Amino acid sequence: MLTMIGKRLMFAIPSLIGVVIVTFLLTRALPGDPAAYFAGPAATKEAVEQIRKKLGLDKPLIEQFFRYTNDLAHGDFGNSLTTGQPVAAEIRNRLPASAELTLLGLVVSIVIAIPLGVLAATRPGSWIDHLCRITTTAGVSLPVFFTGLVLVYVFYFRLGWSPAPLGRLDVFYSAPTTITGFYLIDTLIARDFEAFRSAISQLILPATTLAIFSLAPIARMTRASMLAVLASDFVRTARASGLSPGTVIVTYAFRNAMLPVITTLSMVFSFLLGANVLVEKVFAWPGIGSYAVEALISSDFAPVQGFVLTMAVMYVLLNLVIDILYGVIDPRVRLEG
Amino acid sequence: MKRRDFLKTVTGVAAGALVPAPAIFSSAKADARSETLLIVSEGGPNNLDIHGIGTNVPGYEVSWNCYDRLITHEMKSGPGGVPYYDRDKFKGELADDMKIDDMSVTFKLKKNAKFHDGAPVTSKDVKWSLDRAVSVGGFPTFQMSAGSLTKPEQFVIVDDSTLRVDFAKKDRLTVPDLAVIVPCIVNSELVKKNASEKDPWGLEYTKQQTAGSGAYKLTKWTAGTEVIMERNDDWVGGPLPKIKRVIWRMVPQAGNRRALLERGDADISYELPFKDFQELKAAGKLNIVSLPFSNGIQYIGMNVTKPPFDNPKVREAMAYAIPYQKIMDVVLFGLANPMFGASADKPTEVAWPQPTKYSTDMAKAKALLAEAGYANGFETTISFDLNFAGVNEPLCVLVQESLGQIGIKTTINKIPGANWRTELNKKEMPLYTNVFSGWLDYPEYFFYWCYHGNNSVFNTMSYKSPEMDKLIDGARNAASTGDKATYDTDVKGFVDLAFKDIPRIPLYQPFVNVAMQKNISGYQYWFHRRLDYRALVKA
Repeated sequence: MLTMIGKRLMFAIPSLIGVVIVTFLLTRALPGDPAAYFAGPAATKEAVEQIRKKLGLDKPLIEQFFRYTNDLAHGDFGNSLTTGQPVAAEIRNRLPASAELTLLGLVVSIVIAIPLGVLAATRPGSWIDHLCRITTTAGVSLPVFFTGLVLVYVFYFRLGWSPAPLGRLDVFYSAPTTITGFYLIDTLIARDFEAFRSAISQLILPATTLAIFSLAPIARMTRASMLAVLASDFVRTARASGLSPGTVIVTYAFRNAMLPVITTLSMVFSFLLGANVLVEKVFAWPGIGSYAVEALISSDFAPVQGFVLTMAVMYVLLNLVIDILYGVIDPRVRLEG
Repeated sequence: MKRRDFLKTVTGVAAGALVPAPAIFSSAKADARSETLLIVSEGGPNNLDIHGIGTNVPGYEVSWNCYDRLITHEMKSGPGGVPYYDRDKFKGELADDMKIDDMSVTFKLKKNAKFHDGAPVTSKDVKWSLDRAVSVGGFPTFQMSAGSLTKPEQFVIVDDSTLRVDFAKKDRLTVPDLAVIVPCIVNSELVKKNASEKDPWGLEYTKQQTAGSGAYKLTKWTAGTEVIMERNDDWVGGPLPKIKRVIWRMVPQAGNRRALLERGDADISYELPFKDFQELKAAGKLNIVSLPFSNGIQYIGMNVTKPPFDNPKVREAMAYAIPYQKIMDVVLFGLANPMFGASADKPTEVAWPQPTKYSTDMAKAKALLAEAGYANGFETTISFDLNFAGVNEPLCVLVQESLGQIGIKTTINKIPGANWRTELNKKEMPLYTNVFSGWLDYPEYFFYWCYHGNNSVFNTMSYKSPEMDKLIDGARNAASTGDKATYDTDVKGFVDLAFKDIPRIPLYQPFVNVAMQKNISGYQYWFHRRLDYRALVKA
């Protein structure tokens, strides 16, 4: 097991190096002059050059690259020009916000999509199969910010059921002391139940938006995989042996059908983590996606590079976890691999 | 069995906790609500110090409210009865007394003025702060030079509570320049403790913290999310503000900001689309304040060094081909002051901005274009700043459509906000739209930066005319010596010349639009157009 993990991590290193080089070059190739942007509205050519020197942007590209990789080795992701904070600190603060939202959205999505997929597979062609097809298609074809805005309009503006979309907590609650960075966990640890209620009610709408969007791949994959397994011999044997339908589906069929579903889940998670930028914008969520986009718009290199690197590392780790999970679910993978 | 029970209890607990917190606040929170102001806007500060590198405009708002300056302006009644800063009347903020001599001005500081950390404000702090403003470079130094404040030697400590500012030359803008945001008074001892050899002015420290004596002090700043400020109960710069706590939240979606206002969950917002402001005004549930930018104009600029815009007849033709009224109606929903269409016999005033006598006249435009030798039109590009795409994009589309009618084929060039300054500095764009407004509300100030042959960054048209320079310089000299007759002639002269040569076509004077709950009063219009929390009252 450990050798497998070690080997995987070693193979990940060349791809990470590639990511570093590519993002560095891409961000430098972007049209846009951060020096002029930050020198401000009234800058003369001399003032802009002054700023450029201060920001170290007048040095040759190779020298800038070596400075950057040297800083990276020391854990210094550089400073953001727009917010003025060190990028590593900002990513560390913002990642849990995005992760909490994405995880909750994924959980809600799984809770709806997997049963829906299983039911659709066990009753192909019935009304529930069509319902599955319609809901998932509708969910994935509506743009995620549109769904978010509609939910805000209906549940906040019209009905007043949801609290104001002002971020992770209501304005009058202070954030709990950071242990994991996940407000749901930290508020419970700090026994601040009012803050817990506020955190979870602020999470409902954005998590629902994300869930609606990610229903499709999970539900359809579950359905397809279940259909394939339900047609196999061992399921026929189980049925013939007189096992109850519930046992057949859950204990035997589903467990065998899970492998492709897990793969899909990991893809959906990493896709959601980056793509929840729009949800973050709509709900004023202090997450990593909106951070990166704002930096990109102002030609602020360091946060964009930091974001891409973080996403690459997370994706590598996620794939590793999924591979280990395969081994747990299906011993054949572990033994043959 | 156990697992099933556990799952049942967890689901039960989760379902119970899913009921959102009711809108009935505890009594403690109800009090907190009435003393706290919640502001929502699209963007927030990137630096809390106006002397910092690349501090953006929201950062100026924090500086204005958390730091003091030597002097500030009195208020007068402005358009619609809204309190408006009085350009010509000053009063002391940190200074008790101001004595203006021939070539200097002396300030006596208030005896009990203290910084937020309790240290007294002395003239040493004032000199250090003013030295900092003229030495850090970039925008703040540039702004100080607009009032001929350029060298630390101009700031002289007379004694512990008296400071003298020596004039480099006679300039009517020197004293007003001391009342703008830039010459704020910083706690020099505190910042020096946190400075370093690489950073002698302590800019890294003041980026994240405020070190001032102002009416509010910073409690918390989470970049991109919120700024929280609390009242300084020992403030001596003016009457104690009524609002105890200010929470400024960044909400990127304009639709959500509007929803928050309409539901009463936010107190103040600006930067909403014009259409929303019109609808909110009509609905009448909120207090909407719309005031013109002082000394500000949105215009169409033409680079006079790039043919065919080097031909004055072509520029005149362009001025007749702009769809002025359509822009006012469709883009701005009427929320601006038109700077066009004055009647032909209206005398030129000694004021700025003022409208031109041009209006949309396609026949005249075609005739002028033919006279200039471009009867079949020509091709060009029109550029705009994507940061203000809400206004600029429809504006450029309307202009493109109108110019097409006289044979001028225009392609629209969208430039991201990060590049806009670079492009303006290069002075390569033939045709573009831009907005400029000056903090110091004087015609000669505007013309000095926008029309003078010294070709500053704001002279985006690269316009050089010895006659214009003579008039602008004449006006500035006349202003400093108090020669009203020459001043008036020169101002009328340069305005007439600007409209005759028409290197830039004024479109309109933009409005600043603020939406507030009905129980908020005390909004004041300042030249920087940001919020002044010190006068706001929540009933």
